[in-house]
Amino acid sequence: MTLNLAPNITDPDDFYAELIDSQRDLDEEQALRMNARLILLLANHIGDRKVLTEAIGCARAGG
Amino acid sequence: MTSYIYPKFGYRRSREQADGIVTRHPIVVVGAGPIGLTAALDCAARGQPVVVLDDNDTVSIGSRAVCYAKRPLEIWDRLGCAAPMVERGVSWKVGKVFFRDQLSYQFDLLPEADHQWPAMINLQQYHLEEMLVAKCRANPLIELRWKHRLISLKQAADHASLAVETPDGIFTMEAQWVIACDGANSDVRKMVGAEFTGQFFQDRFLIADVAMKADFPTERWFWFDPPFHPGQSVLLHRQADNIWRIDFQLGWDADPEQEKRPERVIPRIRAMLGEDTEFALEWVSIYQFACRRIDNFRQGRVLFAGDAAHQVSPFGARGANTGVQDIDNLAWKLAMVLRGEASEALLDSYHEERAHAADDNILNSTRATDFITPKTKPSRYFRDAVLELARHHGFARPLVNSGRLSTPTPYLTSALNTPDGDAVPGPMRPGTNAADAPIAVDGRPSWFLHCLGDGFTIVAFGEVSDKTEIRVGPFAAKLIIVGRDIEDPTGLLAQRYGASPGTTYVFRPDQYVAARWSGFDEAEITEAVLRAAGHDTADRTELAA
Repeated sequence: MTLNLAPNITDPDDFYAELIDSQRDLDEEQALRMNARLILLLANHIGDRKVLTEAIGCARAGG
Repeated sequence: MTSYIYPKFGYRRSREQADGIVTRHPIVVVGAGPIGLTAALDCAARGQPVVVLDDNDTVSIGSRAVCYAKRPLEIWDRLGCAAPMVERGVSWKVGKVFFRDQLSYQFDLLPEADHQWPAMINLQQYHLEEMLVAKCRANPLIELRWKHRLISLKQAADHASLAVETPDGIFTMEAQWVIACDGANSDVRKMVGAEFTGQFFQDRFLIADVAMKADFPTERWFWFDPPFHPGQSVLLHRQADNIWRIDFQLGWDADPEQEKRPERVIPRIRAMLGEDTEFALEWVSIYQFACRRIDNFRQGRVLFAGDAAHQVSPFGARGANTGVQDIDNLAWKLAMVLRGEASEALLDSYHEERAHAADDNILNSTRATDFITPKTKPSRYFRDAVLELARHHGFARPLVNSGRLSTPTPYLTSALNTPDGDAVPGPMRPGTNAADAPIAVDGRPSWFLHCLGDGFTIVAFGEVSDKTEIRVGPFAAKLIIVGRDIEDPTGLLAQRYGASPGTTYVFRPDQYVAARWSGFDEAEITEAVLRAAGHDTADRTELAA
């Protein structure tokens, strides 16, 4: 498997709103802590080491 | 402070110093700590006389190493001293990790039954050294020389010349080979000019050994950010004699001199144990740590082992445990070279195999340190996220790293291995240390590892040959037939070795697998034994002829 960089989320505006809304009442520290948990949850769901390496590289490169 | 009474071993002037005659010894060990003493016992077990030099005349001061893992116990059993260590120490296998005031997860180091030795024992280093010293003293091949300080070392082509200072002055002795076991601050390493590089960690830890009667179970407990020591980590271990080891992480800004003072230490311990627990301080020290390795374990006629060759952070108990395994790897090779059965090239495999193991230990130790001491705010968020998630979700538990406890590093890429086909299933690939299993000999229960360790050993499953040994060049390899010489009443031996009728293994003297096949073939065995003794292709053809 390779990292899927094509659109893959149904109803992207709804997803984005949910993501932002989930942190609306958090302060910056709480939000950053939540982000860390979210990354770990999603990384485990993906599982595939090669895909994770690609995603880390892509994020690190700035997109 | 301490209740332990340190023995005095007593200096004696050696004959060679008295007579002023320079004597050349086959093996001189520098340093009588756990690794140097094990080196003496293992070289003697391989038939070599050994002289051990130590600048002191007692055991290690204070409690240093605590945890001894299964593999070193197997090695010490081969040397006849594991049983009293296990009896004196406390055995454990369960570790618990807490985050704040909650259990985050727990692990079991030995989930499989039917092994002779426990996963881990805890024992103060001074007790362990006393046992090793007693064993060395009972061995006529070993001479322990206390108050002998090495002050210079010069290498020649076929020996090293050592200037040694004793209460009677300075004298010179020579060694065909030197085993340097003189610790992380090794003088020998400086004398040969070897590089010792790596990473220092910006953190400080308080070690307290505390005498108390407490009802904590015999388990390793590790806290991240506990209420009694906020923002830092704490480790609790039980040792023998109701002594407990407590490690407090202090951070880089802590003042080591201040933090050592009882008026600072006692409130920290009281906060942890509660107001009502009575305890007494046995030992307090502050340390910071580094992960470093020597550039080459062999420097001419000098072979480095233990902390003199590699230094790791303490999380994972990889210091003394890996040092004992250095010796396990070195002693048989050195004995073969001294007997002329193998060339010096075999000693280069000592570096190849043990540097690989040291790098593996350093990698594991560095990763644990990065988890325990996050270096940036974002990495602390990830660390805390792992601990928070681990409480409710199984997926995060394998990410929790409070130290991955010492297990042997296999030498899967070693040049001494015979390449493995796919014929034999199971994990006992060449380069792996032999798994133990219960067996029976003449109807009496025993353990498989007791059959291995005295020279090369061939083990075959089923009546494949009527021989009891196989001669290979200078070696007489014992042939053990499962079903003839030993029984496998539970079937666990065959199971752990993926064996079916005809399966044949070659074990090295350090109980590592050198080769395995699904059938028995003397020509293949000959080739594999010679390869494991470091003979190159041309040598092998000549010796096998």
